[in-house]
Amino acid sequence: MHFYEFEAKRILAKHGVAVPKGKLVGSAAEAASAAQELGGDVYVKAQVFGRNRGKAGGIKEASGAADAGKAAAAIIGTEICGAKVDRVLVEEKIAAETLFAINATYDAAAKRPVLVATDAGGKDLDDVNDETPERVKRRHLSLLGPVLPYRSKELAHDLGLSGSGLNRMTGVVTRLAEICRQYDLTHAEVNALALTSDGRLVALDAHMELEAEGRYRQKGIVEELGITDADTRGARAPTEWELEAIRIDEEDPRGLIGPAVDFDGDMGLVIGAGGGSITTFDAVKRLGGNPANYAALGGNPSVDKARRLTKLVLSKPKVNKICVISNVVSNTRADLVARGVIKGVLELGLDPAETITIFRVPGAWEADAAKILKKYNIDYCDRTVSISEAARRAVAKVYGE
Amino acid sequence: MGMFISVETDDTVIRKGNGLAKRLIEVCPVNIFAAGTDANSVAVVEDNVDECTLCDLCTQASPDGVRVVKLYD
Repeated sequence: MHFYEFEAKRILAKHGVAVPKGKLVGSAAEAASAAQELGGDVYVKAQVFGRNRGKAGGIKEASGAADAGKAAAAIIGTEICGAKVDRVLVEEKIAAETLFAINATYDAAAKRPVLVATDAGGKDLDDVNDETPERVKRRHLSLLGPVLPYRSKELAHDLGLSGSGLNRMTGVVTRLAEICRQYDLTHAEVNALALTSDGRLVALDAHMELEAEGRYRQKGIVEELGITDADTRGARAPTEWELEAIRIDEEDPRGLIGPAVDFDGDMGLVIGAGGGSITTFDAVKRLGGNPANYAALGGNPSVDKARRLTKLVLSKPKVNKICVISNVVSNTRADLVARGVIKGVLELGLDPAETITIFRVPGAWEADAAKILKKYNIDYCDRTVSISEAARRAVAKVYGE
Repeated sequence: MGMFISVETDDTVIRKGNGLAKRLIEVCPVNIFAAGTDANSVAVVEDNVDECTLCDLCTQASPDGVRVVKLYD
């Protein structure tokens, strides 16, 4: 779940990281008034998710109230980064002597939190890493213990800071790491951290994203920011297909469907379990398949939930074949999934042997699942066949060898 | 009858058991049993039969009154 820039900055300010004075407004007149209040030069910034707002015309510099009003009028109502802008943040302009960027996130390869920083801030950290990798510094953190300031200090030192600058940067980096952990964020990034001529560090821009599963746990901050339950914060509005998947999931507490994402492809996926869904999705894509959906099924779903999801996936106009692939399951019954998937296919008047390209759900009650699948002549494989190989077989059946 | 599972009950056995009908309704985790025509009988809810988890709680409650069959065996 994404936070808008102004929300990320509220979180930063709440935790003692300096941000520019600013005001969130929804009209040109309000923008002019906000600029008047702030005085001097301001930035008018579209509040949309996504990066590169500046390049897309979503950030304009303005001098004075009238200019700010014009800038806001030029931004509000337009589409920036795929979203219609209805609010802009009018913010004081801060002159930076140096721009840093700091990101507190997770290193999937190292399986640990990591702090990434550069003194080439204001740009995407990935771009900096591609162009000048020597300017990107990293420090890993412990998953178990508290955020230790000495790690932040090492990072600040790597950025070439010393004296009071080093101490100030240590504080900002530590707070950012704590924010990331405290709020279950996938990343907390200040991609433009200004070091001003008077030695202050001010966060000029910020990106934060809350782990989707953490939204309920983080109800406090979500409510504090005024985000309602109806505000799904997806990159786009949910499709009717996605809403139906949510309904199916909510109507039956047994097991879980989610996330369910609608794509424009022609290969239906009923996938799941401990990273198995994303692995399968990636494998299908890599092998040239075109997924129609992403729908992770797990947590021991009922037969009915598996049945309804299968029917939903097969309801997509271009889809006439599905694959059912998961990682090894211990908390999901393979036989119940098999029953549900077959029922769904049969209720649509389709032949399970033709429609289900492959069924790979190894784990609990797999022997019974195998018997069920054999009865319906469905291609079944166990854990000796990798997810990639199962995906390869499925893609071959959908698109031909 | 379900597509994968069949649940058969012997009404004469269940009627003889003291509170057996009520116990069957209580033990089934997926609501395969519902109250029958009277307090001493049960009805099988066919819509729920394929949800059977093969937990055996019903057959343990009434070994002679309930029979669960895997139709894919």
